[in-house]
Amino acid sequence: MIEWGPIILSFKLAALTTLLLLILAIPLAYWLSYTKSISKPIIETLVSMPLVLPPTVLGFYLLVAFSPENSFGHFLDQVFNFRLVFSFGGLVFASLIYSLPFMVHPIQAGFNSLPESYSEASYIMGKSKLRTLFKVLLPNIKASLLTGIVLAFAHTIGEFGVVLMIGGNIPDKTRVASIAIYDEVESLNYDTANIYSLILFTITFLILLTVYLTNDGYLKRFWK
Amino acid sequence: MIKVTLNKTLDAADGKMELDVSFQVLKGSLTTIYGESGAGKTSILRMLSGLLDPDKGHIEVNGNLWYDHSAGKKLPPQKRKIGYVFQDYALFPNMTVRENLSYALDKGQSPEIVDELLDIIELRNLETRKSDTLSGGQKQRVALARALVRKPDILLLDEPLSALDTSIRSKLQDYILKVHDKFELTTILVSHDLPEIFKMSDTILFLVNGKIEKSGPPSDIFLKNNISGKYRFTGTIIEKTKNDVVYIIGVLVDNNLIKVIATEEEGAFLEIGDKVLVVSKAFNPLIIKMEEQ
Repeated sequence: MIEWGPIILSFKLAALTTLLLLILAIPLAYWLSYTKSISKPIIETLVSMPLVLPPTVLGFYLLVAFSPENSFGHFLDQVFNFRLVFSFGGLVFASLIYSLPFMVHPIQAGFNSLPESYSEASYIMGKSKLRTLFKVLLPNIKASLLTGIVLAFAHTIGEFGVVLMIGGNIPDKTRVASIAIYDEVESLNYDTANIYSLILFTITFLILLTVYLTNDGYLKRFWK
Repeated sequence: MIKVTLNKTLDAADGKMELDVSFQVLKGSLTTIYGESGAGKTSILRMLSGLLDPDKGHIEVNGNLWYDHSAGKKLPPQKRKIGYVFQDYALFPNMTVRENLSYALDKGQSPEIVDELLDIIELRNLETRKSDTLSGGQKQRVALARALVRKPDILLLDEPLSALDTSIRSKLQDYILKVHDKFELTTILVSHDLPEIFKMSDTILFLVNGKIEKSGPPSDIFLKNNISGKYRFTGTIIEKTKNDVVYIIGVLVDNNLIKVIATEEEGAFLEIGDKVLVVSKAFNPLIIKMEEQ
């Protein structure tokens, strides 16, 4: 029988990362959509970097930055007793950066697709920016929010390089499913690797299928 | 009384344009800003509502200062009591008709006004429909009602009827006139449709390239000589044919094509596309009673 630990850990990591990303990405995407600041292209570039950068590069820098051997890592370790390398917290932090564009891009595109007159009409009706965001803008980009949530979740499940660099392979702490597969293959346990792979394959397939079905309105048509 | 002085450099299609206007609007009047597209009509409404900042200027509404450049005073859109009907209506698709209206309510405002407005625009039966399932004319009525929920000091209408066909237009003009009277509104309308302007407005601000060229009642602005016609229509010339010594001019008035004879001298100055006034002086017009429809 296989160990379920890595699968559960993968999903725990993905769920936590997605939740935190949603909280983070909404204000960031909102700012990127509406700002006229000259720093916008720079922030946009930084957000998109994880799309093209090899995950090992990101993992390497995080490893160096958070290592207790270095001043920043040392500071975190001493003051907060918080170690980001080879810990679950570190994985979450790395995943946040790694999956950031997958959450920010759909939401930003969603905001951009709304006519400016929506928010203007709301302001003229005396409503604050915050109220406009929650009552008018976000409810009208539900499809984009769903796309962001699912892509970020699925992408975090699939990450490997960053986890390997910064998390290592500690059972029940940093040994996520993708790492477990690699580990089993290295030990020539092809059967176990196959089961893990099949589980990941099926679940991610189902998740993505749900998104496309929802966004194209198939589900609504069937439920009617 | 609304006193406005606005100055702003706008990016127009062919380079920069200097918008420089100063006007007053009487309380309770219906004023139309008329001009070609790109003359700065919408920009004036956006500056009145606080969506666009002027470079310089002064806006005072019923004794309250909304904007003054030299005093550094600027009320945000939220603090100006304005009703604004956007060209694209800007109804929120996630809300029903009733929710769209209720959203506009001020904190603590009694919701009775929502029912009252739904009755006036005759959309009670559609109140639970999502706004994106409505027709253009219905959307326009909802947008108009929504703009009135907060009982605004000024109602701003940005070419609210331009996307609708003629028959619905005329009905909606009646709705606008109805609420304008009922709520004793001060209304500023942007339009470049002459029949609409004649029907609706007391005063015209004639805007050309960012400047008010003339202002006054519609008949003073658009009729060079004050003719006391017994009846008259405004329309657009859509055809012109020469027939011996006269021209036959086809004028489109609302949905009807009217053929008018013009002398050679008159016809020479008329071109297809010209806006014209057709006046008939009294001979013996036929009057036929129409069946009630």
